[in-house]
Amino acid sequence: MSHGKVWKYGDNVNTDVIFPGRYTYQIMTPEEMARHALEDQDPGFAKSVQPGDVIVAGKNFGCGSSREQAAACLKAAGIQAVVAKSFARIYFRNAINLGLAVLQSEEAADRLETGDAVEVDLARGEIRSAKGTFRFHPLPESVLGIIAAGGLIEYTKTKLDAAENETAKE
Amino acid sequence: MGKTLTEKVLGRKAGRDVQAGEVVTVSPDYVLSHDNSAAIIKEFQKLGVRKVRAPGKIVIVLDHIVPAADEKYAQNHKSIREFVAAQGIPNFFDINTGICHQVLPEQGFALPGLVIVGSDSHTPSYGALGAFAAGIGRTETACTWATDEIWLRVPETMRIDLSGRFGRGVSAKDLSLKLIGDHGAEMANYKAVEFAGPAAGGFSVGARLTLANMSAEMGAKNGYFAPDDKALKWLEGRARQPFSALASDPDARYESVLAVDLDALVPQAACPHTVDNVKPVAAIAGKPVNQVLIGTCTNGRLEDLEAAAAILKGRRVHPSVRVLVIPASWQVYREALASGALAVLVEAGCVILNSGCGPCLGAHEGLLAAGEVCLSTSNRNFRGRMGNRDSEIYLASPATAAATAVTGRITDPREFS
Ligand code: SF4
Repeated sequence: MSHGKVWKYGDNVNTDVIFPGRYTYQIMTPEEMARHALEDQDPGFAKSVQPGDVIVAGKNFGCGSSREQAAACLKAAGIQAVVAKSFARIYFRNAINLGLAVLQSEEAADRLETGDAVEVDLARGEIRSAKGTFRFHPLPESVLGIIAAGGLIEYTKTKLDAAENETAKE
Repeated sequence: MGKTLTEKVLGRKAGRDVQAGEVVTVSPDYVLSHDNSAAIIKEFQKLGVRKVRAPGKIVIVLDHIVPAADEKYAQNHKSIREFVAAQGIPNFFDINTGICHQVLPEQGFALPGLVIVGSDSHTPSYGALGAFAAGIGRTETACTWATDEIWLRVPETMRIDLSGRFGRGVSAKDLSLKLIGDHGAEMANYKAVEFAGPAAGGFSVGARLTLANMSAEMGAKNGYFAPDDKALKWLEGRARQPFSALASDPDARYESVLAVDLDALVPQAACPHTVDNVKPVAAIAGKPVNQVLIGTCTNGRLEDLEAAAAILKGRRVHPSVRVLVIPASWQVYREALASGALAVLVEAGCVILNSGCGPCLGAHEGLLAAGEVCLSTSNRNFRGRMGNRDSEIYLASPATAAATAVTGRITDPREFS
């Protein structure tokens, strides 16, 4: 659970405006990616975003290409969660597998506005704000684990190590 | 409140009641990969484990570049064969089997009620037989090999109610293109698509495979027909394991319902360079083409080759056109040999290729030069997909492809029937 400020956008925020195509074939560190996050949607975003902030958007967030950087750059920028009415399918999987929380809530997407202070409780499936508490389907333990580990590869590694230790003890 | 097939299949696997929007972690029944297994093996090795968790669930079909087109591909195939041997993976199909999306149904992996994931975007094909089947990424495939688990969001379902009957020269491919043309390539983004309604039962298993395959081009996570007697009969003698079929409840909750009247449908084509740029074939008739491709996982089954043969019988391929035919599998190849369809196509001047993907993804065998135009029965016409960036791809049915092969120009197949 942590606190942050809302950055609000509309429907169909596509992967090109989240992470422009002109950078996709450059090898970048996460910090460099963060500097281009949402560049073509909101040029001011990358400079002022704070760790723990939350993006709130409308329908079909992340539509367009399958580029993983579109999720990686937001995570690198410190975004703790993206709350939207819906996500493009590949974006949704990429985000979670890279450790970025993606939450679906029509109500939160309608009510929250830029600058609102929010608290996201992944385990309980709640977004709390002065405007009320909004529910989303809580992510199951395994998905929360992936996000907490920072992505699927790290998560799987840890899980496999743990399994190995168990066997070693037997 | 009733449940959809997808909610039931994923709920049964997860061991609890689930509804659309939830995320479940399940142990899939089968995990498909193909030539990209070479890349997946590299990811798998990063995980620091030596053995895959459930070798019997892994299905690897070499189909994308078969036989290997160059040294690099040969090396990939070699490393996959070595991995398969070292890991004791029983379900491995080498270059003389066919395209994965035909092989899994044919060999009895694609069964009603099963959960199948695959590192290929057309994995939803297996919904034709009532499975839940969805495409996943390479990293996830590697992790699934290691853990025998995957997380999946339970999708909302869009139902397509089919009524009426296909007219002359019209088939499942035309229906899929019409839907995508009318509603856009994102019409079913993240959703399940259920093909239902009074006409659904009349669809052959081949036609169902075409639609489930094309559901990927609607943006769907999975696409399916409820398993009925026709599906169960087709599976007799093929099913690898016992299964119990599931279907949507009558009061299941659908995100939306679309009604489609097949009587009104005419032959359709997707024009360059997107699958949703669809026009009636009659509206673009006369456009000269250089190549025609009949086959692929979308339309390379016996009924497709026979539809083409019916038009090409006693005729010749137009001298200005190259016609490539790819049976979707060796089983189809043998059936088409036995039925005489292949002889008709060869007599007409078609080039028969090994069962595989070949030119469909622009890897080898019949690529396009700049300025060339191809009419293909495959599922994607993105710029440069079959060769040069400045070539053009039209997507259509096998009948339209055969009619076009005869005249050398895009032709409405109803002129031949
Ligand atoms: S035939 Fe084409 S669409 Fe089908 S699996 Fe092969 S490359 Fe993909």
